[in-house]
Amino acid sequence: MERPEAEPLGASDSCQAGEAEPGTGLAEEEPGGGAAGTMMEDCLSKKIEITVSEAEKRTGRNAMNMQETYTAYLIETRAVESQTEGQCSPPDSLWRRYSEFELLRNYLLVNYPHIVVPPLPEKRAEFVWHKLSADNMDPDFVERRRIGLENFLIRVASHPIICQNKIFYSFLTQEGGWKEMVNETGFQLKADSRLKALNATFRVKNPDKRFTELKHYSDELQSVISHLLRVRARVADRLYGVYKVHGNYGRVFSEWSAIEKEMGDGLQSAGHHMDVYAASIDDILEEEEHYADQLKEYLFYAEALRAVCRKHELMQYDLEMAAQDLASKKQQCEELATGTLRTFSLKGMTSKLFGQETPEQREGKIKVLEEQIHEGEEQLKSKNVEGREFVKSAWTDIERFKEQKNQDLKEALINYAVMQISMCKKGIQVWTNAKECFSKM
Amino acid sequence: MFFPWQQCFLSVAVPIILFPPHGKRSTKFSGYCHVQIQDLSLPNGTPVDTSSPASSSSLLNRLQLDDDLDGETRDLFVTVDDPKKHICTMETYITYRVTTKTTRAEFDLPEYSVRRRYQDFDWLRNKLEESQPTHLIPPLPEKFVMKGVVDRFSEEFVETRRKALDKFLKRIADHPVLSFNEHFNVFLTAKDLNAYKKQGMALLSKMGESVKYVTGGYKLRSRPLEFAAIGDYLDTFVLKLGTIDRIAQRIIKEELEYLVELREYGPVYSTWGGLEVELAEPLEGVSACIGNCCTALEELSDDMTEDFLPVLREYILYSESMKNVLKKRDQVQAEYEAKLEAVALKKEDRPKVPAEVEKCQDRVECFNADLKADMERWQNNKRQDFRQLLMGMADKNIQYYEKCLMAWESIIPLLQDKPETK
Repeated sequence: MERPEAEPLGASDSCQAGEAEPGTGLAEEEPGGGAAGTMMEDCLSKKIEITVSEAEKRTGRNAMNMQETYTAYLIETRAVESQTEGQCSPPDSLWRRYSEFELLRNYLLVNYPHIVVPPLPEKRAEFVWHKLSADNMDPDFVERRRIGLENFLIRVASHPIICQNKIFYSFLTQEGGWKEMVNETGFQLKADSRLKALNATFRVKNPDKRFTELKHYSDELQSVISHLLRVRARVADRLYGVYKVHGNYGRVFSEWSAIEKEMGDGLQSAGHHMDVYAASIDDILEEEEHYADQLKEYLFYAEALRAVCRKHELMQYDLEMAAQDLASKKQQCEELATGTLRTFSLKGMTSKLFGQETPEQREGKIKVLEEQIHEGEEQLKSKNVEGREFVKSAWTDIERFKEQKNQDLKEALINYAVMQISMCKKGIQVWTNAKECFSKM
Repeated sequence: MFFPWQQCFLSVAVPIILFPPHGKRSTKFSGYCHVQIQDLSLPNGTPVDTSSPASSSSLLNRLQLDDDLDGETRDLFVTVDDPKKHICTMETYITYRVTTKTTRAEFDLPEYSVRRRYQDFDWLRNKLEESQPTHLIPPLPEKFVMKGVVDRFSEEFVETRRKALDKFLKRIADHPVLSFNEHFNVFLTAKDLNAYKKQGMALLSKMGESVKYVTGGYKLRSRPLEFAAIGDYLDTFVLKLGTIDRIAQRIIKEELEYLVELREYGPVYSTWGGLEVELAEPLEGVSACIGNCCTALEELSDDMTEDFLPVLREYILYSESMKNVLKKRDQVQAEYEAKLEAVALKKEDRPKVPAEVEKCQDRVECFNADLKADMERWQNNKRQDFRQLLMGMADKNIQYYEKCLMAWESIIPLLQDKPETK
């Protein structure tokens, strides 16, 4: 594993053991990443069953005291043991709306920057083909969102680290006052500003190469999945058209059969099969939406990957800046001590022009600088440790994520193939039936 | 594809009352007759014993024609194949080989092979319409092709045309009256058709002339029910076919647009596969699979364009020409009624109906008989043709789905493949 090369010369590496920052959950992490299987034993998902079982339209007043309509989702939790014992204990349940899910996720993002945090289903319907509504209140959209939110909760609960978070647990179990509790943690203040992150991305000199590669990968993944989703929506649109036009055969065969004697029956019944064919596309495409949703999840996961890379870049940049700062202070100190001016400085010039400092003044400055240098060295040490810890734990989670991704996407592709096979079989059935009707003409 | 033919002779041309048939099967006729005007020989070259012009009563001796001819009773087989391009200084055109095999006495040889171009078919059809105005003449594929829109020399276009021309000649060859037409005979046999054409231009067939109806604007009193029914039927039939044609065209258009999107869709999986390690093969597999589906879809829409649409259009043309024949029939009847009325108004002593009016009556009844017989043939053929056409359409769709099914089923094992097993 490479170390970030920004470690300034002479900095001691004596601090090996990581002093974890409180609240990041690093202290709870088990060493030696890898086998996620053993960690799963501890996962919340093994202890409780989580479902988002219902969605309901609500009206209420928003922050500006204006009436608004929104959808609330019912989260039900049930202890797993109670199931296996054969008892059907009633689940605990509470209602949450989408914005609360967003709040939860943002909290997790800030507090677990080294984790690839599962994404939420999309806020607004995108990549729709024309028959799908882009309206957030549309029942099909709400239904798919319900499933997406459930999936999100299960993913979080299945993650060995974040499932242990108290705020998450409260989200599932504490109806009132949860929002206040989250805000009281002051996590928003800890969040890195976007501008700072952007700055770091451009200016960082020696990020870990794996993260750079990962960043490129997640950019390309986003791009390719977006493209795929866009084209898939167009494909769905066209396929819909093909099937629906066949419905017109139904009507004209019926009209034609009216003027025929022997051919009439065959035509009429064939026409009926054409209607069946035209109608079948609705279910087919609805099923395909689930596939699209699976792809979308990984589209958004790419963004989560990106976030981890950004955090690394930020930390690395921070480290580099601190090292640079320390180096320049040391140099200043040296200059003052030896009286030589290595680099041009305004102060140096002005003091030359307006008179030299007194030895006491110089001593004072040196002392201040030495203090600062000492502080800086301590800070640099801890930043180094932090950085290395971050890289280690982030990379563990990234490996876990890769496994998950490969498995999930393989399954998604298999399901897609199965859907196609089913569609082909239905097509064969319908046309075989129609052919038989035609043969009786 | 030639059926084994047997030494059986059919006198097809005249009603059974004049010439009893030989051969294994006794064939019967539903009142086919010729428009006989006393002194003239029939245009088809068949020598006929012209006893008294068939009066209405004898013509009414109808016997049913067994139209379900199988290979045993056929004695004339015609095929159109082998299209060839001819490049001359003045023009470029296609000729087709027309092969005939027959045992009929009207042909000097048992086999013929000649080359004909579309013009020649067109000429034949016009001649048939002229000389057999009481019969339904099968349609030809459309004559004019917009240059620039369709490539007249493309394989698909030529093949579509060849099939239609083949059908055209087969329909004539199967027709108990038309197949004995002199022009048809010459078309099938003459080495130099152009010479015959020029000869024919000079003198119009007398039969044709006599049968050219005076469209004196005679008004029809009452159309016999059966012909009114046929007329109504054809009107609706043509409409429905038109609708089906439009639907089929629309489906092809939608399928092609679907194909365009699929062609972009497949490769994206491939691109994605390039980014991945473990997923590379599965993604590549899906990409290839979609490619196979594209090929299958293209084949489907090509088939529909080449095989389905032309036959539909042919039937629309057929129906239109039938309606024309019905109109002619109406005219003949109207003329007869007008003349009859004129005679009645004269209130002369003569109880006997003048010969001219009797001629008209004969014409009417012959026309009706021919037309009715042809209509029945047409209905039967139509039924078979459409059964075949629609079953063919269903078949092509089944084949399309079967190809896609195979493609998707074959990648399931690839997708399920665990990395350890590799």
